[in-house]
Amino acid sequence: MERQVNPQWSQWIGYSIRMLLFVTGLGLVLSFCLLPVLWQLVTALKPTAELVTLPPLLPTVPTLDHFRSVFMDRPFARILFNSTGVALLTTLVCLVLGTPAAFALAKLRVPGQRLILLSILAVSMFPPIAIVGSLFLLIRLLHLRDTWWALILADATFALPLTIWVMTSFLRDIPDDLLRAARVDGCTTLQALLYVFLPVVAPGLTTAVLLTFVFTWNEFLFALTFTATDAARTVPVEIALFPGLHEVPWGEMAAAAMLVTVPLLILMLVAQRHIVAGLTAGAVKG
Amino acid sequence: MHSRQVTEHPVLFILPALGLMLLVALYPLAATSWLSLRDEFPIFHISRFVGLSHYVTLWHDPRFWQSLTNTGYFAVVSVASEVLLGLGAALLLHQLFPARGLVRALVLMPWFIPTVVAARAWEWIYHPHIGVLNFLLLQSGLTTTEINWLGHPFLALHAAIIADVWKTMPFATLLLLAGLQTIPSDLYRAARVDGATGLQAFWHITLPWLIPVLSVTVVFRMLDALRVFDIVYVLTGGGPANTTETLSIYAYRLSFQTLEFGYGAALAVVTFVIILFASLLLQFLLRRVGTTT
Repeated sequence: MERQVNPQWSQWIGYSIRMLLFVTGLGLVLSFCLLPVLWQLVTALKPTAELVTLPPLLPTVPTLDHFRSVFMDRPFARILFNSTGVALLTTLVCLVLGTPAAFALAKLRVPGQRLILLSILAVSMFPPIAIVGSLFLLIRLLHLRDTWWALILADATFALPLTIWVMTSFLRDIPDDLLRAARVDGCTTLQALLYVFLPVVAPGLTTAVLLTFVFTWNEFLFALTFTATDAARTVPVEIALFPGLHEVPWGEMAAAAMLVTVPLLILMLVAQRHIVAGLTAGAVKG
Repeated sequence: MHSRQVTEHPVLFILPALGLMLLVALYPLAATSWLSLRDEFPIFHISRFVGLSHYVTLWHDPRFWQSLTNTGYFAVVSVASEVLLGLGAALLLHQLFPARGLVRALVLMPWFIPTVVAARAWEWIYHPHIGVLNFLLLQSGLTTTEINWLGHPFLALHAAIIADVWKTMPFATLLLLAGLQTIPSDLYRAARVDGATGLQAFWHITLPWLIPVLSVTVVFRMLDALRVFDIVYVLTGGGPANTTETLSIYAYRLSFQTLEFGYGAALAVVTFVIILFASLLLQFLLRRVGTTT
């Protein structure tokens, strides 16, 4: 104790150093995560003439021209409509098929329960490239090419494991007594699911809906392969194939990127807790 | 009573979901395996059985080995960086500080952004003449010439890795943060009473406790990275000179650009098997790490 001349002083220095490191670290993490997105926003607001030179870093006169031209010069409204429609319908299909499956796996006695759950999870680990070729031939055979249904079929299959996994982990947390009580009251199993369990498991449902929606909204490989025209093309494909006669129209692309990102960011800020709960379900419990 | 038991059988609840997966995942997988034994050129109306010859061709195809090397390198470097950076970020975000909820939400942002958008955003940052990265490097005097990030084999692969790390680090952070939150604070209090330093507490409490979550994160991310398609395809298109071509990109190009559906299917099957084995091996190794610590 005698060697430390002024323990309070050295404590204070230690604290300041730790604080400085902490703030620097946090600043670095935040810049890394946010700056590329902010740069897209800046690009979207820059007049075309200022896109081909640096400096200036920031637009001298911010403009909404790129946003306007995304809608006026391109079929972007139609493509947004496709993306929204496909994502909503896929989410619906996943819920209708996935919730009963999750319910049975969590609450009913199913032979080979664990094996079924594991094989369902295995499907989500599949490299989509392993099936995209023959799925393409199948879809052509069914005359579903360039329709929403081609995308809904493929996306739902790959999102279903996620839905089932999330719903199973939420349903497991609900006491079995609830099912017994519902049966005593004369409910069939399906009625028990619809009227007793679904209201209780609403947070899980929200999580599953959000994750499925985001997954479908962002999906690229199937959308690239199964669509050919504006009839079913989704936003990621449009942005990837953004046509430019002589050079890439960076401003319009950034504007389009902002337009598809903003709905997701709003979703994320509003429902962050649900999403985190879903993503970590199972992973942390082991 | 009997009919009610039949209509209520639990398997009926699962059947629709399994049916869809059977139709859209397992049937095409079987079809791909069958396709890989055939020559299929739909536009030339060629369709014939060729046995294992595609696999033999693949074995002698330098472009296959190149794409395998690219994929392996991409996956290992990308996942390692992501998990290490994610761990660092998680430790920072686990501290108490003002507006912590908002900061956590902001850090999660890249994960939400469509991969294609992320790829385009980085492509724009990397632009040799008007990209902001070269501008900043030149202004700060770190370089004196414009660097062609996506035009140089070594740089292009690493540029793709950085973009991928940016996109997926938030996911690792999120899982690890959730893991950190399960560590009972009593352990740290006890360690402090015993006179352990912060670093010792990290090595002997935090890290061992996190190993299960770390393993899950590594396995999840590794499976994802080995099948990588979107971010590299949009960022570099596999170039320059196929130096960033991954297994998925090569298989995709074979099927949908040169329309060699049979050969593409053979590569798809091989990719599937490689990923399957990698995941089994990884889980085996991580389980051993988990039991020895």
